[in-house]
Amino acid sequence: MKMNLDKKIATRQSYGEKLVELGGKNTDIIVLDADLSSATKTAMFAKEYPDRFINVGIAEQNMMGIAVGLSTFGKIPFVSTFAVFAAGRAYDQIRNSIAYPNSNVKICATHAGVTVGEDGATHQMLEDLSLMRTLPNMKVMCTSDDTQTKWAIEEISKIKGPVYLRLCRLATPIIYDEQQKFEFGKGIQIGDGTDATIVATGVTVSEALKAQEILKGRGIQVRVVDIHTIKPIDEDIIIKCAKETKKIITVEDHSIIGGLGSAVCEVLSERYPVKVKRLGIKDSFGKSGKAQELLNYFKIDADSIVECVEHE
Amino acid sequence: MKVTDIECLKNIANEVRKGIIEEVYQAQSGHPGGSLSCADILTVLYFNQMNIDSEKPQDMNRDRLVLSKGHCAPALYSVLAEKGYFSKDELKTFRKLDSKLQGHPDMNKVLGVDMTTGSLGQGLSVAVGMALASKMDHAGCRIYCIVGDGEIDEGQIWEAAMTAYKNHLDNLCVIVDNNQLQLDGRIDEIAGLDNIRGKFESFGFSAIEVDGHNISNLIDAFHTAKQTKGKPTVIIAKTVKGKGVSFMENKVEWHGVAPNKEQYEIAMKELNSVNN
Repeated sequence: MKMNLDKKIATRQSYGEKLVELGGKNTDIIVLDADLSSATKTAMFAKEYPDRFINVGIAEQNMMGIAVGLSTFGKIPFVSTFAVFAAGRAYDQIRNSIAYPNSNVKICATHAGVTVGEDGATHQMLEDLSLMRTLPNMKVMCTSDDTQTKWAIEEISKIKGPVYLRLCRLATPIIYDEQQKFEFGKGIQIGDGTDATIVATGVTVSEALKAQEILKGRGIQVRVVDIHTIKPIDEDIIIKCAKETKKIITVEDHSIIGGLGSAVCEVLSERYPVKVKRLGIKDSFGKSGKAQELLNYFKIDADSIVECVEHE
Repeated sequence: MKVTDIECLKNIANEVRKGIIEEVYQAQSGHPGGSLSCADILTVLYFNQMNIDSEKPQDMNRDRLVLSKGHCAPALYSVLAEKGYFSKDELKTFRKLDSKLQGHPDMNKVLGVDMTTGSLGQGLSVAVGMALASKMDHAGCRIYCIVGDGEIDEGQIWEAAMTAYKNHLDNLCVIVDNNQLQLDGRIDEIAGLDNIRGKFESFGFSAIEVDGHNISNLIDAFHTAKQTKGKPTVIIAKTVKGKGVSFMENKVEWHGVAPNKEQYEIAMKELNSVNN
């Protein structure tokens, strides 16, 4: 595995491309969007398979329900909109019509986190992992690169029951080559440094890997754990790394309340209590700016991770 | 097997009402008013209209019913028990710990319940999804969705209505249980809801107004809906909240209150006298 910093692709793009491929193999796959298909990248599927694409207009709550109805006929609906309109606006529809009845609906929410950038706080969803993680029956994923996202799309199409997959707007480096093996519910350990473990998810995985390189140059050996499955979380890898390394740091483009950091703390506080430092958005809303500027502003970029490892 | 005799259907509807009272009384909890108002509609659907078989409750080609006004579960359970999906004795377990008859319908607990409902405004979107799927599969299923009149305060109903019209869902039939009352009072006073027919028509629906307690009129309305092509139908069923139990009729107080023993006995006496 070698991170390719030259070639960047947003996970929403990977999603759109993979849907087209999957749609060709499986005619049960139906894609729904709420007037954002050019942004969520489901437009590619719409073009290829117009009979299996439903654009409901700006009506996310309705979209969730329609997906449920389709699923009762054996369809595999993928619903897409921005994370704030999926997990936020349509929360009750997800709770009562999808999670509670265990409906076979895949919610693929793009534009999560402050890396949405210029649109600002109203569009920067920072609570979705928290909201979705708390729902019984719901499985929650957040993928870090193109290869992993394409694997995840196929994987969740085979899982029976609801899945929330968090995707991003920002183009990020390709971390994994095509030979990489992924397993649902299993974190990926990158490196075996013992000075610290950086647990990351989604866009922050590449930031953690950049930090790992910088720290290596300063004689500090850290490992990165990529948690693509937030729920069920890989408890074993977290406990193993807590035992083997001196520090645990979590980093996410999400509120520090209820997301990856909280999930890691829940595991460790019950099974292997150690100090955990959580990097993330600290109980505030986002703001407008360039994605990379915001990663730095909210202290979840590579430099901030380096500083945390060296000084916390 | 379809029941076509009107008197016979009336008797079944009366049995359904007895079941509703039994459930709510035994639970000392639940929603008798709106359950009684949709008892005739459900009876006509399950015994005369829908292509269903209680022996094959999960047949993919069956017609579906979404009781979007999920708090009226007692009516759905009672009609399902009458239809033979489960024993009528089970109605006594309604809302009790470990009962499959949850306070609001749960499709994973009760065979015959086509959709889990309870949070108002959501069922019509699900019904639209079912109708779309049936069209995609050329399955020929008809999808029925019962909504409360108070329930259509919810904006999601109108989002779903737009999708139904846009996709020419003539296999979808929405029934508005128009009993004029919601929890806090009259529908026109709470959210200013009026002209339900005009609202649905402006959303592209074919609309039929009918006496929701007149069995033969209901049958005619469902027949007309089946004949209507290219667009969805709404049947606005004029009903009486608490219908069949004199002291509950048109009383908003009976939206979500269970009868005590004395009231239960009066209600059952009234319903028993109908059959005689």
